[in-house]
Amino acid sequence: MRRIINYAPRPGVRLILAALPFILVVVAYLLASNARLAVEPADKLMPAFASFWATIVRMATTIDVATKQYLLWWDTWLSLQRLFLGLGISALMGLVLGIVVGFIPYLRSTFEPFFAAFSLIPPLAVLPILFIIFGLGEVSKIVLIVFGIAPFIIRDVMLRVAAIPTEQIIKAQTLGGSTWQMITGVVLPQVMPRLIDSVRLSLGAAWLFVIAAEAITAEGGLGYRIFLVRRYLAMDVILPYVAWITLLAFLMDYGLRRLADAAYPWDRIKAA
Amino acid sequence: MTTIVFDNIWKEYGEHIVLERVNLALDDHEFLVIIGPSGVGKTTLLRMLLSQEIPTRGRILIDGEPIAAEPTADRGVVFQRYSVFPHRTVLGNVMMGPQWAASPILGRLFGARRRALEERAMALLARVGLAEHAAKYPAQLSGGMQQRLALAQALIMKPKVLLLDEPFGALDPGTRKSMHELVGELWEENRMTIVMVTHDLPEAFLLGTRVVAVDRRRTDPQAPERFGATIVSDFEAKCRSVRESRLFEAERERMRLTLVSGHSLPQDDALVPALVKD
Repeated sequence: MRRIINYAPRPGVRLILAALPFILVVVAYLLASNARLAVEPADKLMPAFASFWATIVRMATTIDVATKQYLLWWDTWLSLQRLFLGLGISALMGLVLGIVVGFIPYLRSTFEPFFAAFSLIPPLAVLPILFIIFGLGEVSKIVLIVFGIAPFIIRDVMLRVAAIPTEQIIKAQTLGGSTWQMITGVVLPQVMPRLIDSVRLSLGAAWLFVIAAEAITAEGGLGYRIFLVRRYLAMDVILPYVAWITLLAFLMDYGLRRLADAAYPWDRIKAA
Repeated sequence: MTTIVFDNIWKEYGEHIVLERVNLALDDHEFLVIIGPSGVGKTTLLRMLLSQEIPTRGRILIDGEPIAAEPTADRGVVFQRYSVFPHRTVLGNVMMGPQWAASPILGRLFGARRRALEERAMALLARVGLAEHAAKYPAQLSGGMQQRLALAQALIMKPKVLLLDEPFGALDPGTRKSMHELVGELWEENRMTIVMVTHDLPEAFLLGTRVVAVDRRRTDPQAPERFGATIVSDFEAKCRSVRESRLFEAERERMRLTLVSGHSLPQDDALVPALVKD
């Protein structure tokens, strides 16, 4: 009998094991849903998969009377727009501020403690302030996302800049590099893979802020819809929407990972 | 011609004196090796020559001029580790310095100038035995090959002084031996000054033309930080006349072969007339 940590599954078995929890959850839901529907055919809490499908098809292919839109695509478009704008601005801020502040000692001494304190402010607590300053429109939602994730990305990039060995920076100077050339030629390329990683890690938080902002005030969006139909106990909308958001988040994460692999092959080699 | 002078150098960190009264004058084309126990300040001495650290007192002069207060292209360096850039290919690493010098904003050359530089870089890579690895990233190279790359990267800038900070410390004995040969040859080919720090005595006397030992002359047991290290012995490891005569023999042999094979004396070589005159 070996220790349990020394037993590893074969590749085929690994695949089955990975699928197992997903299958278990679906099966458990089906069993519970069937049991409830057998007692009360109009049960709203655990609808059958057929009614999920019917609802999604309806929302994706028929024009809503009130908004004159295909609701699923309209909501997706609105939420993704907010998410991408927020993430994009945060990533850009993280890159520029993180590199400049991380690389130049005077700026670093000035701003590092400030960023550290700033990142500890709970973003949702200042949401009312954002609503007061920026109104109830798109700007306050995007500012909320930026407020929530930019400090994290800035600090992560700064740490990466600090982790570049001094030897490399000295060597770059003996090759005649100016500050600008070292930023663009040595620091930026080495920081980019880490930036992509920290955007990946921020995806969950970014979705949280999008949905929180939409739940409070919006005319549309995935989070808005979920909180709207909650009043009617419309689980046939909520659960597919949650699954859809999860799928979107997964695809973004996967896309970013592939992007990092394709654009920065040296980073993968180093990790291996 | 490159001469280096350490003029009464002191280095202190607060109360702690690391180096005191370091005086040293180096002639052109020396291979200086600094030896000494760990933590005594030999690397600090090298870093001051690199301007990575600034002496508390005293001056360092290259060709009679005080050195710049920050690292510059006239002093190349190879560290024990992290001397190359992991995000550039081998060829890209070697081309980095000249590209920066030629293109301040983009740091990149295009077209004919790029091809000319690529040719120069490839010739240098071939010299250090890395030509077939030009497209690889440093992480795909062995430790010895990474140090060869770091040498090529520094040499393409044609520095007056090349500084080596325990460059072979992390290599296995076989690789180390071939690196010794390479560095010795590069030193003769490029007619530059090399300053190397090591704690390997045979290596020091194999490569160096001058070997200085850095250590503390005196210590106070009650206050060990009060006295710093300095140069305690200074060997001329290979007499200049011996070196010169070896060079002379090689040159004379080359001339003899040229004459025997019926060719006339090459006129473009600056060394030949000097030797003929002697």
